[in-house]
Amino acid sequence: MATVPAPVITATNLVKKYKDFAAVDGISFEVAPGESFGLLGPNGAGKSTTMRMVGAVSTRTSGDLSVLDLDPNQFGPEIRSQLGVVPQSDNLDAELRVRDNLIVYGRYFGLPIGRVKARADELLAFAQLEDKAKSKVDDLSGGMKRRLTIARALINDPRILLLDEPTTGLDPQARHILWDRLFRLKEQGTTLVLTTHYMDEAEQLCDRLVVVDKGTIMAEGSPAALIREYSSREVLEVRFGSEKNAEVAGRLEGIGERVEVLPDRILVYSDNGEAELVRITERGLHPITSLVRRSSLEDVFLRLTGRSLIE
Amino acid sequence: MSQHTLSGAEHALSGAVRPRRFGGWYVAEHRFRVMRSYLQTVAVTGIGNPFLYLFTMGVGLGSLVSQNLGPDAVNGVSYLQFVAPALLCSAAVTVTAEEFTYPVLLGFKWNPTFYAMNAAPIAPGQIIDGIVYSVIVRLFATCGIYYVFMVFFGAVPSGWGVVSILVAMLTGLAFGTMVMTYVATIEQDTGQVAMLMRFVLLPMTLFSGTFFPLGSMPWFLQWIGWISPLWHGTELSRVFAYGASEPAWLIVVHVLYLGALFVVGWLWSRRIAARRLNK
Repeated sequence: MATVPAPVITATNLVKKYKDFAAVDGISFEVAPGESFGLLGPNGAGKSTTMRMVGAVSTRTSGDLSVLDLDPNQFGPEIRSQLGVVPQSDNLDAELRVRDNLIVYGRYFGLPIGRVKARADELLAFAQLEDKAKSKVDDLSGGMKRRLTIARALINDPRILLLDEPTTGLDPQARHILWDRLFRLKEQGTTLVLTTHYMDEAEQLCDRLVVVDKGTIMAEGSPAALIREYSSREVLEVRFGSEKNAEVAGRLEGIGERVEVLPDRILVYSDNGEAELVRITERGLHPITSLVRRSSLEDVFLRLTGRSLIE
Repeated sequence: MSQHTLSGAEHALSGAVRPRRFGGWYVAEHRFRVMRSYLQTVAVTGIGNPFLYLFTMGVGLGSLVSQNLGPDAVNGVSYLQFVAPALLCSAAVTVTAEEFTYPVLLGFKWNPTFYAMNAAPIAPGQIIDGIVYSVIVRLFATCGIYYVFMVFFGAVPSGWGVVSILVAMLTGLAFGTMVMTYVATIEQDTGQVAMLMRFVLLPMTLFSGTFFPLGSMPWFLQWIGWISPLWHGTELSRVFAYGASEPAWLIVVHVLYLGALFVVGWLWSRRIAARRLNK
């Protein structure tokens, strides 16, 4: 067995308070080098605040935090010199052209201009933006802007890439292009830390994740392990019409391992969804629609919090 | 095999050496790249303004003054010589009223590039430093060109007049950094900068002894001049441009007042930036 490498990020009882409100309320986690680590949770869970503290731009209220064995309170610029940051909303420089955005950003790390220019061209290729080098930022599509922001975050060859909601607001095709790029980085051994409220994104990209809600960690593990622990193998979704769902739910006693009643549908957790559907119809209940699917992180979140991830 | 013989922490410590030392200059470099996009405006105002103002105010209005009051009508010099150092200071203030307002509002709010700089190793204070450095360079160019026009128009009788370039720059910085401290605090943009131009910059230019001596205004309006960096700068630059007689203590007051505003405005802006970017 290889020895376990020292973590690149260690957070212990991390707290961030704004006046009386605790945006982050005692979070602890570790990220190993080369790992792809996710913070999954709804909007306002404290994911972005955690990311800003890890990114050494937000001072923690209490708790311990170390990034690359350094304390962000004292070594902000040192830590940031080794990070790549993709913020939630693009803050590309609209006054500069695409390639100049990369060059200027590289200079903030004190990199020599020649090296920055060469690196900018490599990254334009990586981000599939070569033919946009001279374009204005405002003329790029949302997906292109995100790719440029990721390229910008890579200008310093970061050891850790922080991505805050990397694909929010993108169309499915743009998301898949982006995931492909991030997957390549992961393969190259870049440590990825990302926040998301998309369970499919977390399942695609994260080796391990924490489920965050109201500033605290609800669960931790790999996507598969979380699903195994907090959900069944399959989920049967049945709809009886929005007025009847609640009424029908009372007659589903003994069906499935667990039943969740949502306003628009009923979720039946079971290792065999089809069998449960048969049992339901045997009771004389006939759903308008039915669907059997594999459990996802969405179900984990629902189980843990009683709420849906995206409301 | 891993080629990393250094630990992450060691990489981090060496990676921040240059940004810690030169971060402000990297921000200035960014400003120059942006200024390139409005270089035409910079050039046209830098060359067009001195010509227009010196011609219309100094020569045009000046000839009217001379006709009525004689060639040494104001402070013992011609109106052109009286008004030119004031116009120089006023040009400096115009530059800083532009550079310390919109780019600052932009970076914090409209196109929050300051957050992007801060996510890189640049510290909030260095962002402010970089803006100040870049403005000093633009001021030097603008005031230098203005001075050349002044010499060309015969508006500077004294060789010491060249010092008025520095006085004008200091005047612009004293006013501009104080304005920056205010602009850096703007969270909700409701057109405050336009109001500032209309209700602070314009009256200040009119009531700072620019076009006529402060003493010719009613006493109850003269306080505007005393608090106005433009008046202090204008008076000081007149001392160098044509040897205007000014008590020594007042010269000291001018220098100290302008220097204090500049330093306080600069440091205060750094603090506001640090507070604002650390969320």
